[in-house]
Amino acid sequence: MTDNMGANMLRNTLRTAATAAAASASFAATAAYDVDILPPASPIAQQIYDLHFAILWVCVGIFVIVFGAMFYSVFTHRKAAGAKAAHFHENTTVEIIWTVIPFIILIGMAYPATKTVLEMKDASNPDLTIKVTAYQWAWEYDYLQDGVKFNSLLSTPRAQIEEWDKKGEKKNADYLLEVDKPMVVPAGKKVRLLVTANDVIHGWYVPQLGVNQYGIPGFVKDTWFKADKPGTYRGQCSQICGKEHGYMPIVVVAKSPEDYATWVKEQKAASPAVMVASAAPAGAASPAEDPNKKWSADELKALGEKLYAANCLACHQATGKGVPPAFPALDGSKIATGPKGAQIALVLAGKQGTAMASFARLSDTELAAVITYTRTAWGNKAGEVQPSEVKAARKG
Amino acid sequence: MTAAAHAQDHAHHDDHAHHPTGIKRWLFTTNHKDIGTLYLWFSFTMFLMGGVMALLIRAELFQPGLQFVNPEFFNSLTTVHGLVMVFGAIMPAWVGFANWLIPMQIGAADMAFPRMNNWSFYLVVPAAILLVASFFVPGGAAASGWTLYPPLIIQQGISIDMTILAVHILGASSIMGSINIITTILNLRAPGMTLMKMPLFVWTWLITAYLLIAVMPVLAGAVTMLLTDRHFGTSFFNAAGGGDPTMFMHIFWFFGHPEVYIMILPAFGVVSAIIPAFARKPLFGYASMVYATASIAILSFIVWGHHMFTVGMPAAGNLFFMYATMLIAVPTGVKIFNWIATMWKGSMTFETPMLFSIGFLCLFTIGGFSGLVLAITPVDITLHNTYYVVAHFHYVLVSGALFAIFAGVYFWLPKWTGNMYSETLGKAHFWLSVIGFNIAFFPQHFLGLAGMPRRIPDYALQFAEWNMWSSVGAFIFGFSQLLFLYVVIECIRSGRKSEQLPWEGADTLEWTHLPTPAPYHTFETAPVVK
Repeated sequence: MTDNMGANMLRNTLRTAATAAAASASFAATAAYDVDILPPASPIAQQIYDLHFAILWVCVGIFVIVFGAMFYSVFTHRKAAGAKAAHFHENTTVEIIWTVIPFIILIGMAYPATKTVLEMKDASNPDLTIKVTAYQWAWEYDYLQDGVKFNSLLSTPRAQIEEWDKKGEKKNADYLLEVDKPMVVPAGKKVRLLVTANDVIHGWYVPQLGVNQYGIPGFVKDTWFKADKPGTYRGQCSQICGKEHGYMPIVVVAKSPEDYATWVKEQKAASPAVMVASAAPAGAASPAEDPNKKWSADELKALGEKLYAANCLACHQATGKGVPPAFPALDGSKIATGPKGAQIALVLAGKQGTAMASFARLSDTELAAVITYTRTAWGNKAGEVQPSEVKAARKG
Repeated sequence: MTAAAHAQDHAHHDDHAHHPTGIKRWLFTTNHKDIGTLYLWFSFTMFLMGGVMALLIRAELFQPGLQFVNPEFFNSLTTVHGLVMVFGAIMPAWVGFANWLIPMQIGAADMAFPRMNNWSFYLVVPAAILLVASFFVPGGAAASGWTLYPPLIIQQGISIDMTILAVHILGASSIMGSINIITTILNLRAPGMTLMKMPLFVWTWLITAYLLIAVMPVLAGAVTMLLTDRHFGTSFFNAAGGGDPTMFMHIFWFFGHPEVYIMILPAFGVVSAIIPAFARKPLFGYASMVYATASIAILSFIVWGHHMFTVGMPAAGNLFFMYATMLIAVPTGVKIFNWIATMWKGSMTFETPMLFSIGFLCLFTIGGFSGLVLAITPVDITLHNTYYVVAHFHYVLVSGALFAIFAGVYFWLPKWTGNMYSETLGKAHFWLSVIGFNIAFFPQHFLGLAGMPRRIPDYALQFAEWNMWSSVGAFIFGFSQLLFLYVVIECIRSGRKSEQLPWEGADTLEWTHLPTPAPYHTFETAPVVK
C-alpha cells in the first residue's frame, strides 16, 4: 500500500462529498450520454458498426419475445391469481425447435461476420506502412517508406490530472486523449501498421478506425486501416501496461494526400532539438544531430529537463524521489551520482525484469541532455555528459 | 406423510451424535455440513473484501482526474478485486453449497473423503491471507490485471510470488475438493438414485468438478512458468530468450474460459432446483438440461481464443474461435427456454429465492447476449478490453453466479438453520441489489461502446456522466450486501422456526426425507429412492 493513499483518501472523501453536487453541475454542461459505437471513419469500422447494430437488434428482439413470454407467465400463472399447476414436461418436438432456430439465427450472424474477418485480416498491398512500437508509456511511429520517425506522448499537463492535494486545473476538452505529436496519415489510402512493443504488451486501439491490435514484445503483428476522410481520430492503449496505462493515448490525424506530403517534408527538415519532447530518430544522423558538438552544461540541463518531463517523470517523479521500490529515486542514487559509463549503459540498455526500458530510441544529444539533467538536478552534483560519450557507449 | 415421520425418527436418533464444541469443532471438523458452513462464511468474508476494493475503484472513477488513489494502487485494486472475487468469493461459495447439499441430495452420510474435505477448506485460508497481505509488501499487490500477463507481471516485486503461491494453494484445494465431489457422487448414491435421477445441482457440480480437475493444473503450470521466468532464468514468455508472451495467454485462457463455466454451472443447478419448486411444476426437460450442461462444458475447452482476437491470430484462428463461441449460445438457449417452459402454466409464488432466480434469468441472459456480441470477432475488435467487457462479465458473474448464490442461500437457509428468514427484508435485499446492480453495470455497456478502456484510473471527459452513474449504482449495490448479512444473522438468531417443508414444491431428498433443520448426521442408513 502506498504512503500517500490513506491520508489522501480521508481528505478527499470529505472534499469530494462536499463538491460532488458542484461537480455534477459542471459536467452537466458538457453532458455526453453516448449509448452507441462512435461514428465509424473507415470501411472496416463501418462494417463493425453495421454488424453490431444488426446483432444488437436481433438480440433485443429475441429478448423481448422470450421474456415477454416469461413475464406473461409471471403475471398470469401465479398462485395468487388462482393458477393451478399443469404437469407437462419433456416434449422432443419443442426441444428440437428451440435448438434448431437459434442455430439458424447464429448462421445468419456468422456469415457477414466471416466476410468482415477475412477483409480485416488482409493487410496486403498497402499504400503506406508505419511501424508502431509501444513503450512504457509512449508510442513510436516509424514511417518505413517516408523515413520519418518520432515518439508520441500524452500532452495533458499533470496539473490537470493530479487532484490528491488540491483541485486540479481546468481540464482540456481532449483531456487524456491529446498527444504532443499525432500519427499523421493520408486519408483514403490503405495504411498498414506493423505493431510491436519494446517492454510489455500494449494495445493500439482507435475505435473509429476499427483497429485494436496488441503490440507484443519480440513479435510484429500487422493490421491496417483506411481513413475515409481527413479528420482527427482518438484512442487509447487497450491493454494494461503498468501504472501509466491510462495515460498513453493515440491520436491519428488524417490529411489529404497533398497535405500529407507537405507534412512529410516538414518532418524531414525539422531538427531534433526543435522536436524536443518527441525524440529524434534513434542513432540516425539527421541533419541537425551532431553528436560531436560540445554543449555547455546549462544547455544540456535545459534540454534535459524537458526530456525528463516527457520520458522519465511518470516513474521517477518531478522530485527525483521515485516511487520505491518499483521506481527507484534518482536524487542521491548510486547510479545517477556514480560513474558516467554505468549510467549511460543502463539508460541505453534498460534493466531486465524491471520497468526500466531501453531509451536507445533517443538521440545521442537527447540522451546526453537527460542524463546530464539527472546528474545535476535536485541534490545531485555529478557533472555533465556530452553527446560524444553517448555515441561512444552506443558503439561499444 | 410417512417420510416426514421417518425423518423425525431419524432426528431423534441423530441427537445422540456428538462432536467437539467451540473452536475445536470447526478446526477439526470432518462433517460436510460444518465444512459447508465454513466455506460459505469464508466466501462471504472475501466477498466483502473484494467489494471494498470494488468500491475504492468506483470512488476513484466517480469523476475524471486522480482523487483518491494513485495509478499503481488502482491497478492493484482491479487485479486483486478480480482474483479475490473469482477464487475467494464465488468458487468457495459453490464448494460450500456442494458440501452442504450433495450428500443430502444423493442420500449419502457424508462426503467420500471427510478428512481431505477439512484440508481442502483449511488450504484456502492461507491462500486468501497471501493474496490480501500482498497489498502490504514493498511494491504493492499484483497490478497486472487478474490475468497475470507477462512481461508486465515480471516487472513487479515479491507480491507476485505471493500471488503465484496463493494460486497454487487454491488450485490444490480445488483439485482435492473436486476429487471428493466426484467420488462422492459416483460412489455414495443411495440405492435407486440413478445418475439420471440426481437433482440437477448434483449433475452441474459433477461436471464442474471435472472441469476443475482438467484446468486447475493448467493454471498451475502457467504460474509455475511465470515463477521460473522470474527467478530461475527461464524464458518461457520472454521473446529475447526464445519464448512468447502470447503462449501465456493461450495457456491462461485454456484455464480461464472453463473457469467461467466453473463459476456458472452450479448456478444453473441451483436455479433448476428453485424454479420448479416455486412454479410447483417439474422441470420441463430434465434430460436435455443435463445434456446442455455437458455440451457447455465440452465447448468451454475450445473457445479460449475469443479472449485473444486482438493478438493477431491468423484469420482461420479468429474464425474457428468465433464459430465455436457462438455455438455456446445453443445449449445456453436450451437452458433458458427450459426454465421458462417450467414456469409456464405453473402455479407460481414469488418468495425471495424465486425473485433472485427470475433476476438471474433476465440479467444472465443479457450477459449471454453481450457475450454473443463479443463473440463476433470484428465487433470484439472495437470492444476488446473496454468497459463493455466489464459489463458483460459482471452480468454473468454478479447477476448470474452471485444472484444464484443468494437464491440458494435463501432457499436452503431454513434447511440449514431450522429458522425462517424475514421475507420482507429478503425481498428488500433483492430489489436493492437488482436496482443497484443495473445502475452500476448497464451504463458500462455504453462506456465500452464509446471506447473507454478498462483498468484505467482516469478517463476522458465524455465518459464522465455514465461513470458517475456507475459509481452511484455500485455503492447502492455494495451497501445492500450488508442487509444480506443482517438478514442471515437475524434468521439464525430469530428463533422463528421454519416449517418442515417451507417450500410447497420442493421435492429433493433433503426436503422429503430429512427433518428441518437437518441434523448433524444424516442418512447414516441410506434411503431407498424409487
